[in-house]
Amino acid sequence: MSTRTDTLLSVRGVETYYGKIVALRGVDLDVHRGEIVTMIGANGAGKSTLMMTICGQPQARNGQIIYDGQDITLMPTHEIVSRGIAQSPEGRRIFPRMTVLENLQMGAALVDPSLFDEDLAKVFKLFPRLKERINQRGGTLSGGEQQMLAIARALMSRPKLLLLDEPSLGLAPLIVKQIFDAIRALNEEEGLTVFLVEQNAFHALKLAHRGYVMVNGNITMSGTGAELLKREEVRAAYLEGGRH
Amino acid sequence: MEYFVQQLINGLTLGSIYGLIAIGYTMVYGIIGMINFAHGDVFMIGAFIALAMFLILTTVLGFTFLPVVLLIVLIVSMLFTSAWGWTVERLAYRPLRGSFRLAPLITAIGMSIVLQNFVQITQGARVKPLPPQIQGGITLMEGSTENGTILVQLSYMQIIIILTTVVLMAGFTLLISRTPLGRAQRACEQDRKMASLLGINVDRTISLTFVMGAALAAVAGLMFVLLYGVIDFYIGFLAGVKAFTAAVLGGIGSLPGAMLGGLLIGLIEVFWSGYFSVEYKDVAAFSILAIVLIFLPSGLLGQPEVEKV
Repeated sequence: MSTRTDTLLSVRGVETYYGKIVALRGVDLDVHRGEIVTMIGANGAGKSTLMMTICGQPQARNGQIIYDGQDITLMPTHEIVSRGIAQSPEGRRIFPRMTVLENLQMGAALVDPSLFDEDLAKVFKLFPRLKERINQRGGTLSGGEQQMLAIARALMSRPKLLLLDEPSLGLAPLIVKQIFDAIRALNEEEGLTVFLVEQNAFHALKLAHRGYVMVNGNITMSGTGAELLKREEVRAAYLEGGRH
Repeated sequence: MEYFVQQLINGLTLGSIYGLIAIGYTMVYGIIGMINFAHGDVFMIGAFIALAMFLILTTVLGFTFLPVVLLIVLIVSMLFTSAWGWTVERLAYRPLRGSFRLAPLITAIGMSIVLQNFVQITQGARVKPLPPQIQGGITLMEGSTENGTILVQLSYMQIIIILTTVVLMAGFTLLISRTPLGRAQRACEQDRKMASLLGINVDRTISLTFVMGAALAAVAGLMFVLLYGVIDFYIGFLAGVKAFTAAVLGGIGSLPGAMLGGLLIGLIEVFWSGYFSVEYKDVAAFSILAIVLIFLPSGLLGQPEVEKV
């Protein structure tokens, strides 16, 4: 874990709407360099909307998103991500009619091509399964493989900030463990900053340095992962019965 | 037999032209899911630019060496027609992206009318002739029937058209399947939002798709002028409808499908005119389309949308 604590991403009073429906009601949060920060919350709380708002789709109607000292709130998506943000989005969004290799090449679209082989070897080391599937079409992969591919694709862009939207969704516990181990390794070995959105609160809070709880478009609690795990409200709402 | 071979050659030539135009329909449909009804008129503009360029080079500037003239005409008309294709997208479609699905379709029809009328006003409504430039050919077969001898001719013009089409198709297939630009286009086709999350400038990729389609339509336009020797402001309509039919027949969104569809429509038309009646050649082409779509709703090479989620 990095010892630097300056802020990489800072979200201030962000409000996002889908038409007239409000999805985020003034969200504040910070992600420091080298941290793993998680946001937990129920279905429909607005977690994925926050992830997409950071990337400018949709754009925040009010508030400010500062990344690496720059206001990115109203930038077009491709410019935001070109500054070093990568997202493994909700639903994985693998290109179904492209091979695993092509999906990874898309991830590296903005990176110097001479670094491609090195980066490819790195993600294959992290997810050896993908190497076996290299020429298979994305749409034919299993859910777990698609999730690995989505994370690997995000890593291919050499991000400074990795946004992961529910990487454990619908996966077998063993694969969830693999994926979470990979995230921890990336953070510890390379100092990669990770912002992780999860419904799987137990694993996410154990993994993260700090966490936030989102309810209905608002942040209701925050603290270190260990603190939140102990909080009665968190246990009642997100852990009891939902523990894996 | 001789008659059959001759018709086959003629059909392939016509089909090549349809195929080149069809690619523009199929690529635009693939990437933004709309039928660019103005594409046939972009082809027409390409033909006019080619003719104008040809006349400027030969009569005003006095070039006489035909291969060089044709090469310059080809490049210039591809450039200018691409600019038209880009402008059409920028003015008529991009502002409506994110609007309801029918909106760009309506502006496409509007754009088609605008282009036709623009050319009609500036160039006049009468047909523009170009005397045959490339004459001669190879006699492949000779046979005799009760009506006299019949020659199977493969004209140099037909050779040029078929070869150019083959080369362009091969280059284009490589471009789409192997280059970063082609990959970005396919990514936008499959998931535009995700493509933007990976740093792809989606608007620019869409613009480039229109530019590529227009460039191929310009090639088809030049071939049309050289092959038929007359053009007018209305040629884009029927050629456009045929090429669109070709794209649907082959499976809209599929590049090889567009080419295959183009060749089939060309062959159907020519064979029908050759063996049955010229009047019903369009009916024949559209009937085949209808029959194919009943049994293969996504066209010959189109992908049915079955995917694991």
